[in-house]
Amino acid sequence: MAPPSDRRPGFSRRAQYSVFTRYVAAVSGVLTGVVLIVVAMFDPGSFAFLRQGATEVVAPAGAAGAVSRAAGQGVTARIGDYFNAASKNAAMRRELIAARGQQVRLQALAQENRRLKALLGIVDPASPPVAVARMIGSTSASTRRFAILGAGSRQGVAQRMPVRSAVGLVGRVLEVGPNTARVLLVTDPENVVPVRRSSDGVIAFSQGRADGRLVLKLVNLGINPLKRGDVFVTSGSGGLYRPGIPVAIVESRTRDGAIARIVSDPAAAEFVQVDRVFLDLPDPAATPPASPGATSGAAPSPASTP
Amino acid sequence: MAIVRKPQGPLGDPPRQRLDRAPSSILGVGLPWASVMLLSLAPFAPLVVSAPVMPPLAFMALLAWRMLRPGLIPVWAGAPLGAFDDLYSGQPFGSAIMLWSATMIGLDYIDTWLRWRGFAADWALAGALVAVTILFATWIANMTGGATSLHLVGPQILLAMAINPAVVWLVWKLDKLRLVPIREVDR
Repeated sequence: MAPPSDRRPGFSRRAQYSVFTRYVAAVSGVLTGVVLIVVAMFDPGSFAFLRQGATEVVAPAGAAGAVSRAAGQGVTARIGDYFNAASKNAAMRRELIAARGQQVRLQALAQENRRLKALLGIVDPASPPVAVARMIGSTSASTRRFAILGAGSRQGVAQRMPVRSAVGLVGRVLEVGPNTARVLLVTDPENVVPVRRSSDGVIAFSQGRADGRLVLKLVNLGINPLKRGDVFVTSGSGGLYRPGIPVAIVESRTRDGAIARIVSDPAAAEFVQVDRVFLDLPDPAATPPASPGATSGAAPSPASTP
Repeated sequence: MAIVRKPQGPLGDPPRQRLDRAPSSILGVGLPWASVMLLSLAPFAPLVVSAPVMPPLAFMALLAWRMLRPGLIPVWAGAPLGAFDDLYSGQPFGSAIMLWSATMIGLDYIDTWLRWRGFAADWALAGALVAVTILFATWIANMTGGATSLHLVGPQILLAMAINPAVVWLVWKLDKLRLVPIREVDR
């Protein structure tokens, strides 16, 4: 198609000026963008109020979409089940036999654990979650990994709070609106999480790679002790995340660490829970030693929320 | 030579006489803007992903409108539409404002040396513009806190190029909807 010829609008001064004004507006758009990017370079949190306000407006649509996402995943998973039913059946039978043996061992361990805890007077610092909500969206086109959570300050969500699913760490709250919050996923390059190997406590930092994988960087350099399949959990240092939340499974080794797969794929997690910031949890040492059932329910009072 | 065409309504309706009807001016001007803004809400689609795979649909729709109907979307439209996209895309605020404005100006310039373009040329041009824009957007995101290597967006660029004709088809359908005569003309 031929372009319109309104770039040379003849002898009309008015038409010429209007074309000129349009280009001035367009160029000033470019310059505005540059200025805003420079502002964002020095203060990445700038314009958070604009983003949050805009997110609030369209959040209901996202919430409806999240429900259909869960339903759709169920359908595809069920269809997939039929294709490898036989091999899955055999695998499950093997797992069942292994699990029975495991179960006996775990019972014994749990018993021992209870006994030792009672001996030490440790109160489990686990607190009920601040909120349980759906992920209603994620920035699927940008290389920055944010997700939008269907709960905000009205539900008690505050900045820096860790977000986790039933299986592992998802991210932390970055910006909060009244009913929605923006979550910085663990796969974002800006999200650095202190982790340790669950088996022996080798400490490392995990950093997102924006492609669903994490880079694990060991703190103590030397011989790289990591193996494929090692599970890394949060170490609790930094005070943001409670220790022991699963984060990543090592996929391949690098020179100074490893590339790891995230444990909790945000796409698979229908509901996520927002926890309190670990440092703000009531100090287990400060509470008087009592029966664990009574304290774990009463200790985290809502009044202590920052 | 007269072009004989089967009379057909815009959405496959049976042809109807609409002597007293005209296209709505609100729909005629507003639909391109509304469709681009609606596609900017793609992050709210029922899809939570851990890698950037989704093509920038809103930007591709803007390109399609601009190429299909030059002059319908003004050259300054990149800034307001980009600002709206920045609110939801996760990019730093200002990224799309700059890139989309620059693209609109660039397309006006390209129009001066590529006077006539066919389907393939439009596709190639849109693909190149989308690729360059995604790379620049990644660079901007990296300047403001991200640290993503550029080869990570390769799949996204290829996907965007592949589905560009689908976006053009959607815009073409919307363009027909835009000109449905629904407004009653005063007699």
